[in-house]
Amino acid sequence: MSAITHLQFLESEAIYILRETAAQFQKPALLFSGGKDSIVMAWLARKAFYPSKLPFPLLHVDTGHNFPEAMEYRDWFVQEIGATLTVGLVQKSIDDGRVQEEKGHNASRNKLQTVTLLDTIEEHQYDACLGGGRRDEEKARAKERFFSHRDEFGQWDPKNQRPELWNIFNGRKHFGEHFRVFPLSNWTEMDIWQYIRQENIPLPSLYFSHQRKIIERHGQLLDASTGIIPLLDEEKPKVKEMTIRFRTVGDATCTGAVESTASTIDEIVAEVAAARQTERGTRADDKRSETAMEDRKKEGYF
Amino acid sequence: MDLLVNPTESSLLRFTTAGSVDDGKSTLIGRLLYDSKSIFEDQLLAVEESSKRRGDAHVNLALLTDGLRAEREQGITIDVAYRYFATPKRKFIIADTPGHIQYTRNMVTGASTADLAIILIDARLGVIEQTMRHTYLASLLRIGHIVLAVNKMDLVNFDQAVYDKIVGDFQAFAKGLDNLPQVTPIPMSALNGDNVVDKSDSTPWYTGPSLLQHLETVQVHAETAADEARFAVQWVIRPISDRTDAKLGNLHDYRGFAGRMASGTFRMGDDVLVYPSAMKSKITGIHTYEGPQPETTPQLSYSITVADEIDTSRGGMIVKANEPAQTSQEFDAMICWFADKKTLKPRGRFHLRHTTNDVRAVVTDVLYKVNISTLEKSAENKEFALNDIGCIRIRTASPIFFDSYTKNRTTGSFVLVDEQTNNTVAAGMILKSLGDSEDFEDPGSSI
Repeated sequence: MSAITHLQFLESEAIYILRETAAQFQKPALLFSGGKDSIVMAWLARKAFYPSKLPFPLLHVDTGHNFPEAMEYRDWFVQEIGATLTVGLVQKSIDDGRVQEEKGHNASRNKLQTVTLLDTIEEHQYDACLGGGRRDEEKARAKERFFSHRDEFGQWDPKNQRPELWNIFNGRKHFGEHFRVFPLSNWTEMDIWQYIRQENIPLPSLYFSHQRKIIERHGQLLDASTGIIPLLDEEKPKVKEMTIRFRTVGDATCTGAVESTASTIDEIVAEVAAARQTERGTRADDKRSETAMEDRKKEGYF
Repeated sequence: MDLLVNPTESSLLRFTTAGSVDDGKSTLIGRLLYDSKSIFEDQLLAVEESSKRRGDAHVNLALLTDGLRAEREQGITIDVAYRYFATPKRKFIIADTPGHIQYTRNMVTGASTADLAIILIDARLGVIEQTMRHTYLASLLRIGHIVLAVNKMDLVNFDQAVYDKIVGDFQAFAKGLDNLPQVTPIPMSALNGDNVVDKSDSTPWYTGPSLLQHLETVQVHAETAADEARFAVQWVIRPISDRTDAKLGNLHDYRGFAGRMASGTFRMGDDVLVYPSAMKSKITGIHTYEGPQPETTPQLSYSITVADEIDTSRGGMIVKANEPAQTSQEFDAMICWFADKKTLKPRGRFHLRHTTNDVRAVVTDVLYKVNISTLEKSAENKEFALNDIGCIRIRTASPIFFDSYTKNRTTGSFVLVDEQTNNTVAAGMILKSLGDSEDFEDPGSSI
């Protein structure tokens, strides 16, 4: 008998984690951003519970700074896999005075999401949130657990993580605590793309090469066509029409594009294989300091 | 190197690395990642900048994996880090386990999911106490393959006599271990890349493969279809719907046991036992999202239906009728203790998590502790502190269904969870059941 392929192994492992999450927690939710990782995770959740429907809702923490294509896709996808959708609005957190909008032309709502996420978790009493984080993404994530404990303030303590052995996952917790669960921990960016190709999973058009008005800021190619990112007067003449695609899709203010003519999954796989930059190299939110991701995660970020 | 792994052919190899502080482990991993183009420009740039800021003499590749603030500040590695790389032949997951204070805990954790362990030796120092500890842990966790990486050969002039002596010393020691692993010694210099990715011209007397060639081709004992079939139930799929599914028909009475095939194979119509009742039944459906399947493959996930209305749910297990699991409330196990603020003593109470089961458990006796430097057993001190390894006797509140760890890594392993903090405080490997009269020995039990 031949050994299983690495994609079969990763798929089965993720399905195992998704089922463990449904079984070990009272009220889980799956964090869905419309990005490729959360799409793959929701796709796997459909497989894990087939022929039942998903035993948990998709939860979108909406910064209000969305690419229209991502929102269209979100609503289509939720219908397609027969899931229910819960939305937490960062705008509401701002209106309620829970958070203050960042000032300045580099302002992003990325960090504010943490408050909205924790508020939404509390409002709905979710005790586990499934996230699409991968260990190859960022160095602070390389030591993240599959079942990652959060204290009653939603904080992560990297020095006090539970050891995870074999395929035994310990989701025991005290009242008020919750877990973040990462079924794609062992996947790499390449695995995600190969799986999307194998499964023929439809993606938002943002991932494929297209023409877009772009402003280059601090070496990053940012969207200048939706008007979500306010431009400085001196930047306005520098806006260029470029052939780009996005390697990650998140809050529009901190998602950088790459110049690319890759318009099919096969072309993207070839491009990812040749890439010499990590995909988070295009993320402005990670560039704020060497341990930006760890600092956000400790506060309760995804 | 071409990175376009063919996803339909490439399999996965999980390995762990062990070495003392200056054996060149980070350099070796850095080289594997770098030479397989798995380090990206922005990562390398970030590491170069950090190294410069810290005043390191050369680029410190450990900073690639030591991402936490405390680690970077103190220049130590706190936790097991997982790294990924691929060649056209295989995908690899490395569990990189740091030394220092929680060494045993980290290595046991990394080894629990590994098929192979790379044990580094400094050619100038030869086999030292650390080497024996690492090898003992690898054999305890039943890692079938060890690569003995005799590193820093450049510092002993690539002298074959030095290498041969180290290999001889190591094999003499390894003979005394249970679960004797297959050992592949390789002379190398991680710093210069000798025998890491490509064969080196400096070791003409060495006829074996380079490290990467070995990793790409080694046949590890993956769970095979010939093993006894074991399927722990995670969740019961009940659509409770009158929908008609295109692949499975009407779902009104659908009741599928969801789980992952730990080992072995089921085929449609197989006679099975379903625990906890051990009632007999037959396999009537093997389902995935892709539709009904004729048989299962080890390690893959399924929803399985059986002929009779049998009472089982999470924590239950399905096995072949002629290959029953052991059932008992009392057994002996080797454990490694993980907690630094608490100890384990006889009468200690825990939650025991085994496959998908969670039961209350009490430690009825501590049979011995192992000094992992000398491999001596002693029952003088019955208290386990951080990193201690030894044999205990456990009684559970209800029966569990298991195999010995030597026979099955999935159904023979468990963890202990502290009742107050909910932390995972011990890893356990089942030796033998005490419920079964033919297995019963050791009348000196204290209960």
